[in-house]
Amino acid sequence: MTTPLLQVRQLNRRFGGLHAVKDICFDVQRQHIKAVIGPNGAGKTTLFNLIAGALPADGGEVIFGGRSISNWPAHRVAGAGLARTFQNVKLFGNMNVLENVMVGGHVRSRAGMLAGMFRAPHTRREEARIRARAGELLDLLDIAGLADRPAGALAFGQQRAVEIARALALEPQLLLLDEPAAGLNRHETGRLGDLIRKIRALNITILLVEHDMSLVMDISDEIVVLSFGEKIAEGRPAEIQRHPEVIRVYLGDDHA
Amino acid sequence: MPGRYTPLLILSALVVGLQLATAATGTSYYLTQLTMTAYYTLVVVGLCILMGYAGQISLGHAGFFAIGGYTTAFLTTFNLAPHAQQPVAALLLRTGLAVSGRDLYGAALTTLHPGLAFLCALALAAGVAVLIGIPVLRLKGHYLAMATLGFGLIVYRVVLGTPALGAADGLSDVPAFVLAPGVKIAGGAAGRIANYYAAWGLVILGALLVLNLMHSRAGRALAAIHGNEAAAQALGINTAAFKLRLFVFSAILAAAAGALLTHYTGGIGPSEAGIMKSVRYVAIVAVGGMANLWGTIGASALLNFLSLRGYFGIYDDAVFGGCLVGMMLFAPQGLRARATFDRLRAWVRGRRRT
Repeated sequence: MTTPLLQVRQLNRRFGGLHAVKDICFDVQRQHIKAVIGPNGAGKTTLFNLIAGALPADGGEVIFGGRSISNWPAHRVAGAGLARTFQNVKLFGNMNVLENVMVGGHVRSRAGMLAGMFRAPHTRREEARIRARAGELLDLLDIAGLADRPAGALAFGQQRAVEIARALALEPQLLLLDEPAAGLNRHETGRLGDLIRKIRALNITILLVEHDMSLVMDISDEIVVLSFGEKIAEGRPAEIQRHPEVIRVYLGDDHA
Repeated sequence: MPGRYTPLLILSALVVGLQLATAATGTSYYLTQLTMTAYYTLVVVGLCILMGYAGQISLGHAGFFAIGGYTTAFLTTFNLAPHAQQPVAALLLRTGLAVSGRDLYGAALTTLHPGLAFLCALALAAGVAVLIGIPVLRLKGHYLAMATLGFGLIVYRVVLGTPALGAADGLSDVPAFVLAPGVKIAGGAAGRIANYYAAWGLVILGALLVLNLMHSRAGRALAAIHGNEAAAQALGINTAAFKLRLFVFSAILAAAAGALLTHYTGGIGPSEAGIMKSVRYVAIVAVGGMANLWGTIGASALLNFLSLRGYFGIYDDAVFGGCLVGMMLFAPQGLRARATFDRLRAWVRGRRRT
């Protein structure tokens, strides 16, 4: 087996007296779809924020593509090829959909402030490339018709799609999806599953936090289960469904 | 992208038209205030992209304006003649970076070349902007406003309390600055038209740079910072670096305006560093519609001109303070936004009912 794309080692984070993430270890293999599940407050989003550099860890290590990215600032983590979406979608409401996705091309382009001010010739070619790429991603997500719409005016499901397109514009190796199905209806969730597979087919590894069990069981290669900041189980969907500790955490002691 | 530069062409045409109108009506004395207006507008152009586009407020831009003006005034009036034997002064003289002449009373006067003084002014403003910007730009909203306000206050008290900078009197007898053959930044009726075009030419150039920046990769990054800083970081944007660079750029524009206005009026006083000046710049950007470059330039031209002509009388500062309060209450999106009129109408109706 090749080295995993992402290795999380003994990761820790405390908020005052709360040990939100406690000695978490797991690997994500290349081109896998891995899910992190757990009851509310289990530390899933905190774990994502630690991996993505949005929060500093109190201890432990995150290794991405063989390199330690522990405590790198978020923008540097993104530059290394790790893109993410947010639980409560964070689009730029002051821009239209196409521009939102174009911002995603930031790390794949270079023109600085002076080049922008003086419209250096190479920046125009770069702009054209970013714009074309953003258009392709809107096509991939089936939202090309929304390109000129203000991002703030979209329905929630459409906003999620724009956010995923924007993350893909980074051309990431690893995509972190934080509850991508939250707020989506059954039909939209089904299409999300197809989309996630389609993204994996683009050679992109996926790590997602999700509450929708049917989606998780359907698409995941592997699942990590957290409860109160600790990993209680890890394995294939079929194993997780039978795991006594997981059943106890989700359904209570009587069912275990 | 067709049409992006159309407002810039309209602005250029207005600048020419206004000059021709003053010539035709024999009111070319207006050009003096219009020229000063242009320099204040240059400050506001930089502030417009900083505040409106990137969402970073600064209540200290009069400080950068004053740094530009005072650096220029000090360096171009400080007499090097008594120090001519010292190596630095001698080197400046030998390389032509210092100019010799006689003052009003015929005494030997050797001062730094205005061009070099101008570059020093910009460099000092940029340096101060970096030093202030690194800690201060980590703050947001009210905290950033207060920190920049504090910076402005410090500059004001420093220039007011420094005898070498003329204390309450400021510095005067600043010589002319030959910008190009035939364009001499200085007061007086003779160079009025050239100065008017030079000043507004700079505004148009500044607006062009800002306009290009808004429609570039860096401009999108700045707008992203305004929209959602956490998301911008997650997309690989080094938000601290972009905010700092923009802050420095706007500080350089303010310092350039301060330096050139100082050459134009022949001096600078501490009121240019005052808090009310900073409030005034922010009020103008608010009236103009924050991210609306053309609205901001228009608001600046109108309000500054009226103020400089003395139409506001003793209520000068009150007018700008009132503008700011009124805009925040009724039109936080600027005067051009349609919502503004709805809000005003609703307010008037609500008043009538009670």
